[in-house]
Amino acid sequence: MPQPGKPLFLARRSYRRRRLMDAARLLPVLGVVLILLPALWVPAQTPAPDTGRGGIYLFAVWIALIVAAFAIARGLGPVLDAEELPEQGARDPLGTPD
Amino acid sequence: MGFNSLVAVCLAYVIMLFAVAFMAERRARRSRLRFLRSPWIYTLSLSIYCTAWTFYGAVGYAARSGLEFLVIYLGPTLVFVGWWWLLRKLVRIGRTHRITSIADLISSRYGKSNALGVIVTLMSVVAATPYIALQLQSVTLSFDAFAARSPEGWALPDQGATALWIAGGLALFTILFGTRNLDANERHHGVVTAIALEAVVKLVALIAVGVFVVWGLGGGPVDMLARIDASPIAEWPLQPGRFAGLTFVSAAAVLTLPRMFQVLVVENVDERHLATASWAFPGYLMLMSLFVVPIAVMGLELMPEGSNPDLFVLTLPLSQGQGTLALLAFLGGFSSATSMVIVAAIALATMVSNHIVTPLWLALRRASTRAPGDVRGLVLISRRLSIIGVLSMGYMYYRLSGGSEALAAIGLIAFVGAAQVLPALLGGIFWRGATHVGAMTGLLIGFAIWAYTLFLPSVGDAGLLPQSVLQSGPFGIGWLRPHALFGIAGLDPILHALFWSLLFNALAFLIFSMLSFPGPLERLQGVAFVNVFDQSPAARSWAQGGVEAEDLLSMAQRILGAREAQHFFQTQASAQGKEGFLPDTTSPFIARLERKLAGSVGAATAHAMIAQLTGGSAVSMQDLIAVADETAEAKEYSATLEAKSEELARVARALRDANDKLRDLSVQKDSFLSQISHELRTPMTSIRAFSEILMEPDLPDALRAQYAEIIHEEARRLTRLLDDLLDLSVLENRGVQLNISVVNLHDLLNRALQSASSTRPERAFRIERDFPTEHMPVFTDTDRLVQVFINLISNARKYCDSEHPVLRIEVRKRGKRVQIDFIDNGAGIAKHSQKLIFEKFARLTDESRAGSAGLGLAICREIMANLGGTIDYLPGQGGAAFRVSLPLRRGREVGAN
Repeated sequence: MPQPGKPLFLARRSYRRRRLMDAARLLPVLGVVLILLPALWVPAQTPAPDTGRGGIYLFAVWIALIVAAFAIARGLGPVLDAEELPEQGARDPLGTPD
Repeated sequence: MGFNSLVAVCLAYVIMLFAVAFMAERRARRSRLRFLRSPWIYTLSLSIYCTAWTFYGAVGYAARSGLEFLVIYLGPTLVFVGWWWLLRKLVRIGRTHRITSIADLISSRYGKSNALGVIVTLMSVVAATPYIALQLQSVTLSFDAFAARSPEGWALPDQGATALWIAGGLALFTILFGTRNLDANERHHGVVTAIALEAVVKLVALIAVGVFVVWGLGGGPVDMLARIDASPIAEWPLQPGRFAGLTFVSAAAVLTLPRMFQVLVVENVDERHLATASWAFPGYLMLMSLFVVPIAVMGLELMPEGSNPDLFVLTLPLSQGQGTLALLAFLGGFSSATSMVIVAAIALATMVSNHIVTPLWLALRRASTRAPGDVRGLVLISRRLSIIGVLSMGYMYYRLSGGSEALAAIGLIAFVGAAQVLPALLGGIFWRGATHVGAMTGLLIGFAIWAYTLFLPSVGDAGLLPQSVLQSGPFGIGWLRPHALFGIAGLDPILHALFWSLLFNALAFLIFSMLSFPGPLERLQGVAFVNVFDQSPAARSWAQGGVEAEDLLSMAQRILGAREAQHFFQTQASAQGKEGFLPDTTSPFIARLERKLAGSVGAATAHAMIAQLTGGSAVSMQDLIAVADETAEAKEYSATLEAKSEELARVARALRDANDKLRDLSVQKDSFLSQISHELRTPMTSIRAFSEILMEPDLPDALRAQYAEIIHEEARRLTRLLDDLLDLSVLENRGVQLNISVVNLHDLLNRALQSASSTRPERAFRIERDFPTEHMPVFTDTDRLVQVFINLISNARKYCDSEHPVLRIEVRKRGKRVQIDFIDNGAGIAKHSQKLIFEKFARLTDESRAGSAGLGLAICREIMANLGGTIDYLPGQGGAAFRVSLPLRRGREVGAN
């Protein structure tokens, strides 16, 4: 029975995972834009000193990227678990036929 | 701190590294890999990205050009947060194809071309040599810094000697732990663990210095910000082109630097580790960069004019009298330098030995490869020599260049050189149209431009190019000046070289790829690489030119070592269902053997060696591809048809079974009423008859007592029947209250046997048990379980028709469940009845019907369902056999639903 406020949707979880994969692919693009942003702002032409502010900005972007990557990695963990084949020769260092 | 104690600290640290590496190797040998396979070790080992160039150089870089140094770490951050797109594929390819180095990847992708392997190897060696020199220089400089501060004023013997000692020590470590064995996939657990430890040391050291600078000298973060704004680097002279270009080149380098490829792809043991590294490695980089600007600012503020900003990390604590902190910083720098050199030497040595030395040796000895000779020994020796060679080249470069001042410049030059592999790498794994010719042209052009515009002008003080060439171009051709190609002057040299080299590299790669045709093997490899997620590794077909398994074994022994090779052949043979060591030389077997060999000597060499024995590879490759395409389609079609019809048959069978059972049940249900009335009526009739007789007035007392006894007996039978029926209905509705307690299974069986012995006590019944297996605690409703056992044992006593009846009780533990089998040696139960025996009132023969209503097994089944277990008839045991299976620990909840 569909709960009120939740649209009816089948395979909700795998749909969510595929969107998470999209997010994982887009995250570096977002990162590039944010990191190259100071180039538009051209700090050398502003009157105030910029190293402090710029540093804080870049580190903030950095931390945000790390947090986002952490969230995505957590979300994609089950996908990897399902895909990961046991390493050949984990027990038997000589390897087994694949 | 005297020179001797500094050396002692260094030595102690090095001995600790040896011990850690040694212990890790020992654990790996014992297959106790859990700790070694942690994603944290993997992430930490990636930190060899942060070399001494980061540890010392980043501060110097910041002191010279402000925040620009950050892009060197932001580039890799972008690559890692985008791991799903690129790194995952790279690692999957690396593991599927047993890639041993970046040169191996390129060579393997473009049709196992050894020429490409050689090109990439040479480029890597050339690009890495200055970088190794830089590490030696930084350690030497840090020794110097201590020497200059030392109160005793000890004079350092000789800078060259220090660097020589370091290079020698590193060569020893690398040879000891990097060339222990030709392990499949080239994994070095000892080295990786030691490097992970070094990663922690350098991070702690840099953060300790940073904390001291911000809170000890700078007065906290807020004051620190004010100091930054007041410092000479307050203004951020951002050059957009350089900013973007360096971000790009550092992102490229983290993929293509041989040492990064080694830890990222080759040493990866589990793809899932990437998920952790995707955020943890950027986090590591962020922490490494966090205090760089504050250290640079305080260094500029406090240190005398003209001090080398590259050494602020060390000299700042020294000048403040913080000897211990300075020592920690020294160890951090030492760690950064050594870990980079070790991994770079391993990666380069693997490449040199796999792509240059071994193929050369094979070519020289082409005629006599079948003769015994130890390739394994050769590869190991060539690898060891290569390590020594790589380190000596680094040392020579250091002596020749005389130790240039700015560390950062050398690092960037190496980065741009390494980035030349990028088009061939990305094109190779994302574009099936990329060809060998395109890759080779692109690499050569890119490499040539890099060497001409960036590398050669940087070597030594004046550069290897004459001053006149730099000023006015070769032969006076102005538009060919190294720093202003095509007359575009005024660009930053790094950006200039990066732009032109990668532009022409990528263009040549694309154009020549489009214009040329790939070879058959190349096409196969292209598909296997680009679609690595869609398929299992492509089985490369080998024309079976009558190669003998024995020849292959003798060759494999020389590469893998006798024990490993024999084990591999043996497992392959037994997989084919054969005895002994020699499997049939089928294509899949040869392909597997080739992959196995590739893990040790690289794809190209492995391919060449197999080709020699099997008598040529590409003979019928094109035909094979065409045939394979058609057959694959047909096979797929018939496979789906087959699967579908199988599915249908399965469903039909299940339906038929269910239908039969339903019909039987309906018959049973019909007879249920008549049976139950019959069952109730029989005792009722006798009770009525005898009670009527009892009503006669003049009955002898003896008869009266006898008749009363019969009435009582019949009433009891009636009660028992009704009890059973009630019990069954309660059990069926799962309404039963379980009384869970713990009991030894052995005691339980004893109890059951004792209780059941009253059934047909006149028969001599032999019970076979295995006491030791029976001793185990069981958490369950013991009374109910015993009821099941009694029922089964009584049934056996009752119905076993053997002359010498034997009941065997076997107890087996299966994970968290226990199975108890009751097997007798009677005639067993006919097949058509096996399904019915657990139904109500199911009685098979009439001979023993006295005293039984046919409810026993039905009750047993319901009890077992309530206990969370099952009871089944076990056919084919040479008698009636019942298997009771139940969990060792029944939960306390009531009922099974």
